[in-house]
Amino acid sequence: MANESKPKLKMAVYWGAACGGCCVSVLDVHEALFTVTEHADLVFWPIALDTKYKDVEAMPDGHIDLTLFNGAVRNSENEHIAHLLRKKSKIMVAYGSCSHMGGIPGLANFSNKEDLLRRVYDECESTSNPDKVRPQEHYQVKEGTLEIPHFYKDVMTLDQIIDVDYYLPGCPPQTERLVEVFLAIVQNKPLPPKGSVIGTTGLAQCEECTRKKSDNRSVKKIFRPWEIDDDGETCFMDQGVICMGPATVGGCGVRCVKGNAPCRGCYGPLPEVTDMGAKIMSTVGTMIDIEDEAEIEKVISNIVDPAGTFYRFSLPSAKIRRKIK
Amino acid sequence: MQETNKTQPTGEWKPKIAAFFCNWCTYTASDLAGVSRLKYPATIRVIRVMCSGRIDPQFVVDAFAEGADAVLIGGCHPGDCHYATGNYKCLRRFHLLKKYLPQMGIEPERLRLEWISASEGKRLAEVVHEMSATIKELGPSPVKKVVETFEK
Repeated sequence: MANESKPKLKMAVYWGAACGGCCVSVLDVHEALFTVTEHADLVFWPIALDTKYKDVEAMPDGHIDLTLFNGAVRNSENEHIAHLLRKKSKIMVAYGSCSHMGGIPGLANFSNKEDLLRRVYDECESTSNPDKVRPQEHYQVKEGTLEIPHFYKDVMTLDQIIDVDYYLPGCPPQTERLVEVFLAIVQNKPLPPKGSVIGTTGLAQCEECTRKKSDNRSVKKIFRPWEIDDDGETCFMDQGVICMGPATVGGCGVRCVKGNAPCRGCYGPLPEVTDMGAKIMSTVGTMIDIEDEAEIEKVISNIVDPAGTFYRFSLPSAKIRRKIK
Repeated sequence: MQETNKTQPTGEWKPKIAAFFCNWCTYTASDLAGVSRLKYPATIRVIRVMCSGRIDPQFVVDAFAEGADAVLIGGCHPGDCHYATGNYKCLRRFHLLKKYLPQMGIEPERLRLEWISASEGKRLAEVVHEMSATIKELGPSPVKKVVETFEK
């Protein structure tokens, strides 16, 4: 039953350049969704509700109490709705790795727009496009003009576009964290300072990870995860597999390592780390135990796509946030 | 690196090289180059670190993002590290960066590692001469401008 004395919270969930996983993670609260809906009205949630943009535009400013924005900003529609929701919301949360750091869509910053379009519309093995048709932003049909959003050259994080109050990291975020935040707002508890990354431990993943770590690493070769016979107990770094754990802040409960996969860094950097990819390069440089230069080069050449591995979730938020030429 | 790319009175563009030198070897070598009155182009901005093993790749990435045209790292010769193995750590990080830079569309020549001992002031001057010439040929680094402009 709704609390009669207290007006219900108004909540919105929106996706920018996202896979939909973050929206599904909101549903992962399972039965707690009833608790959520008991305290909150979902006023806008494209994946689940048929609310239109014009309905949001009609809302007074600051009408929405809490907006969870997932997905990176990739096109003019994402940006427009980001600005709109900022205006209409009291609290704006960058929800998930993509809005926090750019995430997987952010890997597009390794290419330029023309390369991406050529690959998708001309070269892709499964594409049949003999007339080399490309998407047109405006297209005339007899019923009028059809419009699609303008595709940007750069993928951007949410805070590169609008003012963000909180970050809830993860790919997708831990649902428990969402419930905690939600309950804190419902119960009028003091909220963390603006700009906080919520639900993180402030310590590296390794602090929580229960795998055995040696003090004296002696890695002679770098492997990809499938190349090793993982014993399920030894630190991935000790086995020569690149794990983002040392540069990544804890809070997810080391989900990936518990599932016998190395950490990929979706929770974002440790508080002191300014550039996640560069930080993991520092760690990898330390763990390799070879002093001969030619051998070092050989071992490092085993790392397929180093930049993509080190900046898997964080490229648009990195110091060098896109390919230069 | 607040200063902008100032052109010389002659109108000639001069590269700006962030130079991380280890306290025990290369920094001392630059001191020696100074007291020996050796001449080299005023292109380097020397940052002293206790060991080349202290040079976190974050420093290098930062330098490029803040407008350095190139980064020069100087450390003790292999086997001579004051802290035993710091320069090997540096060497491995250097090779990781060398693989990373071309992926980001940055010429790998913009990053250079040299082992220069405390007695090799002359070698230091040579390296700065060489590197300045290489970077002059490559031209100014576009990194700062690109990362600061969001293209829509």
